[in-house]
Amino acid sequence: MKILVGLGTCGIAAGAERTYEALAKSQAAGTVPFELDKTGCIGMCYREPLVEIRSDDGSRVQYGNVSADKVDKLLSEHVVQGKVIEDWLVWADDGRGSERAYFSHQTRIVLRNCGKINPESLEDYLAADGYKALRQVLDQNDPDALIASIVDSGLRGRGGAGFLTGMKWRFTRLAEGDRKFIICNADEGDPGAFMDRSVLESDPHSVLEGMVIAAFAIGANDGYIYVRAEYPKAIERLNIAVAQAEAAGFLGDDVCGKGFSFHVKLKEGAGAFVCGEETALMASIEGKRGMPRMRPPFPATKGLWDCPTSINNVETFANVPWIVLNGAQAFAAIGTANSKGTKVFAMAGKIKRGGLVEVPMGISIRDIVFDVCGGIKKDKKFKTVQMGGPSGGFIPAELQDTVIDYESINKTGAIMGSGGLVVMDDTTCMVDVTRFFLEFTQRESCGKCTFCRVGTKRMLEVLTRICDGNGREGDIELLEQLAVLTKNTSLCGLGTTAPNPVLTAIKYFRSEFEAHITNRRCPAHQCKPLLTYTILDSCVGCLLCAKVCPTKAITGELKKVHVLDQSKCTHCGECHKVCRVDAIAVY
Amino acid sequence: MSEHRKFDFKKQHFAGEEGHLIPLLQRAQETDGYITRERIAEIHKQCGIPLAQIYGVATFYAQFRLHPIGKNLIRVCHGTACHVSGANDITKAIEDTLGVCNGETTPDRLFTIETVSCLGCCSLAPVIMINHSTHGNLTEKEVKKVLKQYQKADIGEVQ
Repeated sequence: MKILVGLGTCGIAAGAERTYEALAKSQAAGTVPFELDKTGCIGMCYREPLVEIRSDDGSRVQYGNVSADKVDKLLSEHVVQGKVIEDWLVWADDGRGSERAYFSHQTRIVLRNCGKINPESLEDYLAADGYKALRQVLDQNDPDALIASIVDSGLRGRGGAGFLTGMKWRFTRLAEGDRKFIICNADEGDPGAFMDRSVLESDPHSVLEGMVIAAFAIGANDGYIYVRAEYPKAIERLNIAVAQAEAAGFLGDDVCGKGFSFHVKLKEGAGAFVCGEETALMASIEGKRGMPRMRPPFPATKGLWDCPTSINNVETFANVPWIVLNGAQAFAAIGTANSKGTKVFAMAGKIKRGGLVEVPMGISIRDIVFDVCGGIKKDKKFKTVQMGGPSGGFIPAELQDTVIDYESINKTGAIMGSGGLVVMDDTTCMVDVTRFFLEFTQRESCGKCTFCRVGTKRMLEVLTRICDGNGREGDIELLEQLAVLTKNTSLCGLGTTAPNPVLTAIKYFRSEFEAHITNRRCPAHQCKPLLTYTILDSCVGCLLCAKVCPTKAITGELKKVHVLDQSKCTHCGECHKVCRVDAIAVY
Repeated sequence: MSEHRKFDFKKQHFAGEEGHLIPLLQRAQETDGYITRERIAEIHKQCGIPLAQIYGVATFYAQFRLHPIGKNLIRVCHGTACHVSGANDITKAIEDTLGVCNGETTPDRLFTIETVSCLGCCSLAPVIMINHSTHGNLTEKEVKKVLKQYQKADIGEVQ
């Protein structure tokens, strides 16, 4: 019997390391015999720490929220008595478990090994058909046929823009140059997106294998993985994987003994969102300030150190070995006419089952939110999803039947982006969230283009004054004008997409902006300067609110209804927070 | 910070490799906790990179600090998921507890507060990271408890 503990960043944050240690201690004590191993993230962040028990006959049972103090019960009941603990059961391969629906709607290609294998073990990856695709590609020794099959598969770049991966490879292959590079973009900077981190932490070899295959296709002998320094676990596991692959001959001077040479280096990003843009990313690898440059020339002809370079995203690379092994047709059979395969989404926000899901293209937003992820937390009203982070936009609940493919998403004004999907309910203020995104893009603008540098700042100022209750007539139109100008006159993706949250928020939630400006009201009760607090007759007179009020605006006697002096109130909301009988109304 | 030890940047394994300035600065910050003037001068002298270029890079990237920080670095996540789950309230609770604002260090040099864009643990929002440990699903009460642990036991690793 084997016990696996999910040790991704989410799991560790939820206490999985303590669970692992407790299990290791019991194992060392030797009273109950079992094997113990680590694995990556299976995607159910909302039930971490997760523990899987694999019986000798191969059957799998997964338990959720297994904190260290539950280890003894787990061992005595499941391992010793062979009894499944129904209350903790998340999922079992015989069809039981409360969270069955989470997996039954998914098609796992990118996440095929995540949460199944030990990410620090090359043997585990090899046992899961690892590096088989690379061997096959090297045996066939036909880069053009390989590129043709990637083109046929319809795989499009998963970093957000959605360019055909095979075409990118073809351009780079055809470009003239003695030295060519392949770069893996793992600078996952979108707030709300964490699928690349999870793939790198849970299955780093699949990304490496995809990279070596791509390198062979375009004729590159050097590669870089540009990974965020904020992802220490991913960096640690990538380093282990690179060392293992080098030792086993999957990387190095003579890959698989076929005479092809490929070396990979890790570059840690130093925290700049704009470095997700390919030309800025290359400037950063070259040791410069990460500022984008004009395209063309595209990296495929003039990239890193002016050499032809193909830059692909983590998820794109993780798809490649699967496509090689299963054939382009198998991949193209999944999805819609122009968007093939699957997409991994990082589900977060006001959603019941937050985590990673991999769904076939063509599924609707409604199905992801309600069928896969169980709907909105506390069954509140579904308001909107935000797709694509600060470069993306809002898709309102009315459009929840929009299907996931590049073109349909673009039509709404949002973008597919890298796959962050943040769900919002009716307690989210759209003006406030839009301001939040602009705060981000304004801070991260590299400053090269005037409209991005100044335009984002002006938009942020307007949004801030609307949230502060100082919105003016004409502010909405001003925002629209600034948004369009910034979109049209910026060089790189950061500036051209930064106005998307503003434009989509106004398009779908204009009345909320108007309520802030005209009526000085925040319908979602989030913008504090616009809120009015009053004490209801149900006040029991406990004096708690009077004590916390920083401006002494609340007065009253014990067991008598208190009084709030509006002229002194600073709208801080502390009274509302401490009231135990909900006697403070907010409107 | 211990007394200033000189590095031989040329002997670092980055030397001779193209584009090594960022890794050099990362190494310097790892050792000293921030980028000191002395290190910048050393890099300039040993590697021949113009001072303006070193400052340009060091001030461009969010990771690099030109000022010392406290023993425990608190990173408060302000990603989208954390924002809609109350990251502002968490920041305020930390500021109230420690008596310093975001970006500042406490007078006893025990804590520095810093906001970051996203720590990538969105489903545990709101999240903070103290040194290398992540704390998720926080409430204002909860975060005060966490801080107390660090204050009491002083258990954070020295940066």
